[in-house]
Amino acid sequence: MAETVIPVGQEPTAEETHLRHHFATPAQQMDAATLGMWTFLITEVLFFGGMFAAYAIYRGMYMDAFASTSEFMNVVLGGTNTAVLICSSLTMALGVRAAQLSNRKQLQLFLVLTMIFGTIFLVIKGFEYHAKWVEHLVPGFNFHYPIPQFERHAQILFFLYFCMTGMHALHMIVGLGLLSYLLIQATRKVFSATYYAPVEMIGLYWHFVDIVWIFLFPLLYLIGHRK
Amino acid sequence: MTSHAHIPNVRTLVIVWLALLCLTALTTTVSYLELGWLNIVVALAIAVLKASMVVWIFMAVRYTTSLTKLFVVAGLVWLGIMILLTASDYTSRDWTYQPQPWSHNAAAGASR
Repeated sequence: MAETVIPVGQEPTAEETHLRHHFATPAQQMDAATLGMWTFLITEVLFFGGMFAAYAIYRGMYMDAFASTSEFMNVVLGGTNTAVLICSSLTMALGVRAAQLSNRKQLQLFLVLTMIFGTIFLVIKGFEYHAKWVEHLVPGFNFHYPIPQFERHAQILFFLYFCMTGMHALHMIVGLGLLSYLLIQATRKVFSATYYAPVEMIGLYWHFVDIVWIFLFPLLYLIGHRK
Repeated sequence: MTSHAHIPNVRTLVIVWLALLCLTALTTTVSYLELGWLNIVVALAIAVLKASMVVWIFMAVRYTTSLTKLFVVAGLVWLGIMILLTASDYTSRDWTYQPQPWSHNAAAGASR
């Protein structure tokens, strides 16, 4: 337990560190927050895990039908979105670092960049959804599969596609809301090296959403190999 | 154990970012090759590698307490339990004979 030595008279006050009375030190409070955030993220892992389990079962059952759908997925847009999200994760990590260094200008810059990347992702996703509607690949409402023998089973993949990417997009929208909150708080000079827990916790959430997409991209876009 | 704020190195973050982009390009390229069942293995291996890098470096699990690390691993174990037990159910459903409502045999009829 190597405590950083702070000269007497310069310790940050409880007000500055936002230390609650039930925690002994700001470091302990931070550890508790991190553990709590990870507990929440585990419930999120299991929430998305249910859909991944459904995907695994149906993919095992209807391998050929699932493979045939890759032809109708836009790899360029999906791949671009993967890169966009990875960039947003980098800017988020740099934002947390800026907060740790009490660099408010940089924190604001990286929060804005992260939000821009997040918005680009959602716009691209919107174009993809639109293309799916035009191509009659929306299960339930508008589905006519060009390969008749796979009509029913390919519909399962597209149902999973909309559920999984839809829930993912919803998480992105929530994330953008949280980032806006951080940006307002950063502008109000709330965060500094002594208090940046919200930036770090929302950062964890943002990275988690990135990880979900890291699995969705190969599983939904790259099932069947192309020529 | 208290963990003091670890301030990440910009160089490390940029290297991870570049590696993630390269792995995205790799997984896309590999999907164009015909490897049979190896396609999904490679795709998942790359995805797991990418996710681990995000968790370890970007999410800084590396610098968290052992308890947090234990929670992260526990989450993955629970995910594994869910997928394995679901798969074992679907795989073994027709291993034993089960009379269905529409199977007109004496046993099914008698139980109703």
